[in-house]
Amino acid sequence: MNVLEKVPVREQDAAVRATNFEEVCLGYNKEEAMEEAARCIGCKNAACVKGCPVSIDIPGFIGQVKEGNIEEAYKIINEASSLPAVCGRVCPQESQCEGKCIRGLKGDPISIGKLERFVADWAFENDVHPEPPKEKNGKKVAVIGSGPAGVTCAGDLAKLGYDVTVFEALHELGGVLVYGIPEFRLPKERVVRKEIENVKRLGVKFETNVVVGKSVTIDQLMEDEGFEAVFIGSGAGLPKFMGIPGENANGVFSANEYLTRSNLMKAFREESRTPIMQARKVAVVGGGNVAMDAARTALRLGAEVHIVYRRSEAELPARVEEVHHAKEEGIIFDLLTNPVEILSDENGWVSGIKCIKMELGEPDASGRRRPVEVPGSEFIIDVDAVIMSLGTSPNPLISSTTEGLEVNKWKCIIAEEDNGKTTKEGVYAGGDAVTGAATVILAMGAGRAGAKGIHEFLSNK
Amino acid sequence: MYQILEARELANSIYLFVVEAKRCAASCEPGQFVIVRTTEDGERIPLTVCDYDRDAGTVTIVVQTIGASTLAMKELKAGDAFHDFVGPLGQASEFIKEDAEELKKKKILFVAGGLGTAPVYPQVKWLHEKGVDVDVIVGAKTKDMVIMEEEMKAVAGNLYVTTDDGSYGRSGMVTKVIEDLYAEGKKYDVCVAIGPMIMMKFVCLLTKKLDLHTIVSMNPIMVDGTGMCGACRLTVGNEVKFACVDGPEFDGHLVNFDEAMKRQQIYKTAEGRAFLKEKEGDTHHGGCGVCGGDK
Repeated sequence: MNVLEKVPVREQDAAVRATNFEEVCLGYNKEEAMEEAARCIGCKNAACVKGCPVSIDIPGFIGQVKEGNIEEAYKIINEASSLPAVCGRVCPQESQCEGKCIRGLKGDPISIGKLERFVADWAFENDVHPEPPKEKNGKKVAVIGSGPAGVTCAGDLAKLGYDVTVFEALHELGGVLVYGIPEFRLPKERVVRKEIENVKRLGVKFETNVVVGKSVTIDQLMEDEGFEAVFIGSGAGLPKFMGIPGENANGVFSANEYLTRSNLMKAFREESRTPIMQARKVAVVGGGNVAMDAARTALRLGAEVHIVYRRSEAELPARVEEVHHAKEEGIIFDLLTNPVEILSDENGWVSGIKCIKMELGEPDASGRRRPVEVPGSEFIIDVDAVIMSLGTSPNPLISSTTEGLEVNKWKCIIAEEDNGKTTKEGVYAGGDAVTGAATVILAMGAGRAGAKGIHEFLSNK
Repeated sequence: MYQILEARELANSIYLFVVEAKRCAASCEPGQFVIVRTTEDGERIPLTVCDYDRDAGTVTIVVQTIGASTLAMKELKAGDAFHDFVGPLGQASEFIKEDAEELKKKKILFVAGGLGTAPVYPQVKWLHEKGVDVDVIVGAKTKDMVIMEEEMKAVAGNLYVTTDDGSYGRSGMVTKVIEDLYAEGKKYDVCVAIGPMIMMKFVCLLTKKLDLHTIVSMNPIMVDGTGMCGACRLTVGNEVKFACVDGPEFDGHLVNFDEAMKRQQIYKTAEGRAFLKEKEGDTHHGGCGVCGGDK
């Protein structure tokens, strides 16, 4: 074995997986995991830990995997993360832990994400679960939203002995993990539901079908229902559209709608009652992870799929692995291309998307080179569906119904980064509701910070 | 699970359910809606609130069983339960923020078409309880399809029932009744029209001519109903609005009904397929060559 190279992970063949919704990555088995773990040099002052938003003791758990002590490894991860099977699958490790790995200076970094996933899956299979806290302090905390921020915050607080109730607006628990990320990247029954079950084992209560801000307000929760602190992890909100002509034609969807139909409502399954458009040729506008998810979903539903993105490949905000998988599966990338109009037929259905070619100019405020239109380069891509994946803007449901909770000019809730503290006493927030659309692990980091903030607040009360 | 305390057939394929939903009953207002799922794998179905009882913790909804998902509701009886019931969603009717004395000075006309009678009822009732009497037009296709007449009579100032075929009450569409009332010398300051989109469109065309400010309640396709998916977007004036968070009520003179009606058709074929498959079970393999079968 060459220590400079990582142990390759088994994947479903691209041609096969392009037609099914089974998980793409098959993960390591124990032998492979131990072999990969053996490459870790166990740095004392480990850079990888600093790259992890929830500060998992990475060399610690990898050291246990190396010895074959998977249960011990699981316990170490669990001290920092309530969702290891999720993180091992969807974290952008290349820019976090693995991006900092010393091994990566010369050769491949350790496959930390794949090892984390192996440990978490092993724990599911072997019925190893986190331990509930021995003592409860009886203090009630409400968590709004059962996505990664909320569940992490709830898990951390439950471990500290708090009496935590999570309120979820939808009928299913998991937030973006169930409505946003597709089955082929994150299996719902096998992974998400089991992770949530583990959080329930810690004593966390969940109430679905409660839209905080409508069904009940934060003030009512605190004044009438005895919650001493509240964490808002309500996620991102309303989908953005481009504002170009034709966007309300039949066959134009937000990525949120398309993915919610497929993931939450299981429209990809034959027996689902929720319909999803069987498109022939689809343009997905945008270049983020959500765009890749929408594109790969449309592909699996039988369409030819084009990613339409106004910058070049180097600027694609999606994870490298997702772009790589998408290409392998046959997604066509129309880069440096920007839509200007959506065309429709006489019945109002999409018949094409008119685009203009772009070229890269000077860097803009984000440091990325600004795309500029090439005059006269308009052309039409013949499609029957367009999926807009341009991000979201915050949902005003909570901020508009909570006195004293301030938002910034982008309408995101203002909260301190280290502890999630908002402008309203006893109310903490984190995740997309604060930062705008970001990643699962950053939301989890914010959930942890919020739990810390709430613990400090209630300990000194 | 959300217990059904009462289930009643109001007319052919129109059912009323009184459901125990404490949080929703405590906070819902006229004009808002809820989303229900009959079973664990059911569709999310948006329905406007028809009535509520804060003390009893119940919310009343009225459903027309037309598609594959609503059809399953036909079988529900008192003692059964909805798997999910979430709400209230959307904005309450604007007048609930207004002063009752100011409202009393206004002449208000409600126009209800078919199933639209159900969401009109709580608004008329709310106003009646505040001492504001309003005129109500209820339209239905035939005599059998007139719903909630007695309830409405109890809270409306004047109630005008009309049927398309003249089998009951006045004869003709609701727009004809509005014209007749104006011809009789009536005049209104504001109109609230709720019913099928096509009805609301024609009411708005007429009230524009009459210079009568008109509010409509839009019922586009929705998935989550909380402002996440954008399926329910509409053009109102020159702006794109989400019915679920900005509405469902809008200034009817600004709504682009033609676009909204086209958007309602998006899943018509798909829904039809699901319906046929349900009805025909394993025998449905697309033998007709038209619907695409089980694809």
